[in-house]
Amino acid sequence: MHRYIPHTEEEIKEMLQEIGVGSIDDLFIDVPKTIDGYNIPDGKDEFTVRKLVEELARKNKTFEPEFVFLGAGIYYHYIPTVVKHLAANPNFVTAYTPYQAEVSQGTLQMLFEYQTMMCELTGMEVANSSMYDGASSFAESLLMATRITGKYKMLVARTINPEYRTVARTYTKPIGIKIEELGYTELGTVNLDELKAKLDDETAAVAVAYPNFFGFIEDLKAIRSLIPQNVVFIVVAEPVSLALLEAPGKFGADIVIGEGQSLGVTPNLGGPGIGFFTTLEKHVRKMPGRLIGQTKDLEGKIGYVMILQTREQHIRREKATSNICSNQAYIALINAIYLSVMGPQGLREVAYRSYNNAHYLAKKLEEAGFAKIFSGEFFNEFVVRVPDDYRNRWHEMAKNGILGPIPIDRVYKELGPSALVCATEVNTKESMDKLVEVMKK
Amino acid sequence: MTIFERSKPGRKGYELPAYDVPDSGCNVPEHLLRKDPPMLPEVSEVDVVRHYTNLALKNYSVDRGFYPLGSCTMKYNPKINEDMAMLFTQLHPFQPRETIEGAVQLMGHLKELLCEITGTDDMTLQPAAGAHGELTGLLIARAYFEDIGELEKRKKVIVPDSAHGTNPASAAMAGFEVIEIKSGPDGCVDLEELKKHLDDTVAVIMLTNPNTLGLFEKDILTIAKMAHDVGALLYYDGANLNAIMGRTRPGDMGFDIVHLNLHKTFSTPHGMGGPGSGPIGVKARLAPYLPVPVVRKSGEKYELDYNLPKSIGMVRTFYGNFLVLVKAYTYILTMGGKGLKHVSDMAVLNANYLRVKLSKTFKIAYDRICMHEFVIDNEEFAKKTGVKTLDIAKRLLDYGLHAPTIYFPLIVHEAMMIEPTETESKQTLDTFVEAMERIAKEAQENPQLVKGAPYTTPVRRLDDVSATKYPVFRFKR
Ligand SMILES: Cc1ncc(COP(=O)(O)O)c(C=O)c1O
Repeated sequence: MHRYIPHTEEEIKEMLQEIGVGSIDDLFIDVPKTIDGYNIPDGKDEFTVRKLVEELARKNKTFEPEFVFLGAGIYYHYIPTVVKHLAANPNFVTAYTPYQAEVSQGTLQMLFEYQTMMCELTGMEVANSSMYDGASSFAESLLMATRITGKYKMLVARTINPEYRTVARTYTKPIGIKIEELGYTELGTVNLDELKAKLDDETAAVAVAYPNFFGFIEDLKAIRSLIPQNVVFIVVAEPVSLALLEAPGKFGADIVIGEGQSLGVTPNLGGPGIGFFTTLEKHVRKMPGRLIGQTKDLEGKIGYVMILQTREQHIRREKATSNICSNQAYIALINAIYLSVMGPQGLREVAYRSYNNAHYLAKKLEEAGFAKIFSGEFFNEFVVRVPDDYRNRWHEMAKNGILGPIPIDRVYKELGPSALVCATEVNTKESMDKLVEVMKK
Repeated sequence: MTIFERSKPGRKGYELPAYDVPDSGCNVPEHLLRKDPPMLPEVSEVDVVRHYTNLALKNYSVDRGFYPLGSCTMKYNPKINEDMAMLFTQLHPFQPRETIEGAVQLMGHLKELLCEITGTDDMTLQPAAGAHGELTGLLIARAYFEDIGELEKRKKVIVPDSAHGTNPASAAMAGFEVIEIKSGPDGCVDLEELKKHLDDTVAVIMLTNPNTLGLFEKDILTIAKMAHDVGALLYYDGANLNAIMGRTRPGDMGFDIVHLNLHKTFSTPHGMGGPGSGPIGVKARLAPYLPVPVVRKSGEKYELDYNLPKSIGMVRTFYGNFLVLVKAYTYILTMGGKGLKHVSDMAVLNANYLRVKLSKTFKIAYDRICMHEFVIDNEEFAKKTGVKTLDIAKRLLDYGLHAPTIYFPLIVHEAMMIEPTETESKQTLDTFVEAMERIAKEAQENPQLVKGAPYTTPVRRLDDVSATKYPVFRFKR
């Protein structure tokens, strides 16, 4: 007997009798018996399990949010208490994919509203109900660009998150997509001359990040003006920044994707987060992922259902626009609750404080001898020159409770000793001044 | 009402602390600054609370009742799993390695446990769901054949027609040609049919076992030998592991690549469709191709190994859906080796009990001993009564139950695929049988009643057809 499994001996006997077999083993006659149980210790009571897992958790070091200056794709923001409480509702947590719409209106309406919010932030017409993470969204956006254009050459800015580019290479190699990188200038943004030179008739898409991995704000207007209309324009956007920055949709983006973790989701060692994915109505049938739409029931009442499923794997099988089935719907709920609580004004304040904190910190670091490597306009991150032994200091700082700017010269070797500094609204004047002091030593 | 309609300009639900950082001024070029604020809701905290609480009430969930969706393993999710995951939410994936010792150990332990359960030698925990694992597994197969110089000739992946839709979709994404083979009259892989397609142009055979009919592929050892004789790899879709735990392991049966759906078998709640987690276990000769990082024991410690020159790369950022890993780990500690076997025993017992009870009223597609699920074939029933599987499903909602999976697998017309799982009691199963029997009676006596269902749900039957024909993708003012 087990606390999660309700069968009594008596019931097991009755059930076997009903089935007409003598024992449980008789139900497994087709199965080749290769083991007699697992080489795994016996189960434990809740008290003991708790202790074991808590012991592991204690071997990790967590940081006070105001002393975190590490971003690079995952951000600490203040998450209002109400978000966690509402998201913990078991009627969200323990429901499945809304296969029976009539008893899943909570899920479906929530996702419809989430899609609306992502369209609003990005300035796009359609959003799907989530991808695995920012990287898989990016990889799938390249696959989609090939479906739209029939072409295989992608111009991808080197200032897009390196992990996204790595994942995209894994996804796109088998179908023969060629990824060419676009370098950056001393502004910290994409090199437009190089873009002009590399664009040709074979080009399916141009992809840039906004703000980019270094934190710098690409001039989407200038970039779009260089790209022919039939080349797909992909923007990898940081969603909080979109409360302050003009929506990529306004500049003629075809696909806007990104990581939604910064919208109310704890860092979670990088997962779960959520990939968001938005596009224009004219491309919708080429889009991966699940879509929720509004409809009516037979009495004329408004309701919500999954739509355009004929693009999806369970119907189209090998001809589907993607294989994605389980996605990150629960994280979409967290995004939707967070955005509901913050509203346009709150999100803008978060964005502006992040921006202002980063600029204050940049000035202070510069005064302390840490020169900014790029001279363009940045949002909540920027790159500074650091001493050769900075990596050791970074580990040292962590020991003392500061999650400092991450060294990035292993990935961007050409930069020499350098670190990516991040600030969000959770950093205070005091914590930033402290960072500068500690970095100086 | 949508949250946007609750909105009133100027209302708010947040408050930020006092702010004393000097204003540096905004230097973003004018044309890159946002002109119109996004139309997000402007609501107070209580508005938000009521909105989402009311939405939640419109959902059916495992915590409310029986959820017998075939192939989805909607079992009860222990609450302790949630608490344990909460202990790990504040870690940044890029924080220094020495500050995440516990997280790395957890991944290391979990990997070893899952290798023991699958009978494989090495594993990645990175894939974010089952289908993501499939893609990863097939990319590993691809990298292997490329490495041994056979990719040029091995372009095919064989998938039975009973397979889940993600299998062929994943194979296509991995750049393979998909060959669908018909199941035999017994619902299993037809060995003659397989032989016809099997030669050295085949890279992988993908199998779900038990398959989506709930039947165990009884010839599995022969199939494995046939695959290996032509140099092909055998892939195990482990979404259905809930049936065989503690008795047999995919690796022992000859599978080379195995994916698990932690969000099914290992009791992490499905969250309305995710996050999931789809680890991939492989036999030793495929280990060099795993995505990085791979967590491995090195001496007494676990390390994250990024140094795999033959790796396929990365399939997602960082370590995958880490919090889901914590839940699965908690579950395995809780159940233990014997408990996991008990899980499968009771899952199979429940399915067979339901099958036998329901066979008195409905036609079972393959009426023999099943594993953790089985399929009803309502084709004749629909012809006789005019009541289709869809109608029965909708009527079940009126009885306060969730409907089984319907119209899947595609090879059974009017299919109804039922998976009770091990966490349901005999009483619950009897209630379900009773409801099904009553609906069958209603279908004979008053088919219009069933065809008009549901009557008691937040909305009545929804119009899917016009929803797709005239799609409304978002709320507009
Ligand atoms: C047999 C089978 N294979 C694969 C999958 C895909 O898993 P996921 O939804 O996690 O991508 C599922 C689940 O839907 C399944 O039931």
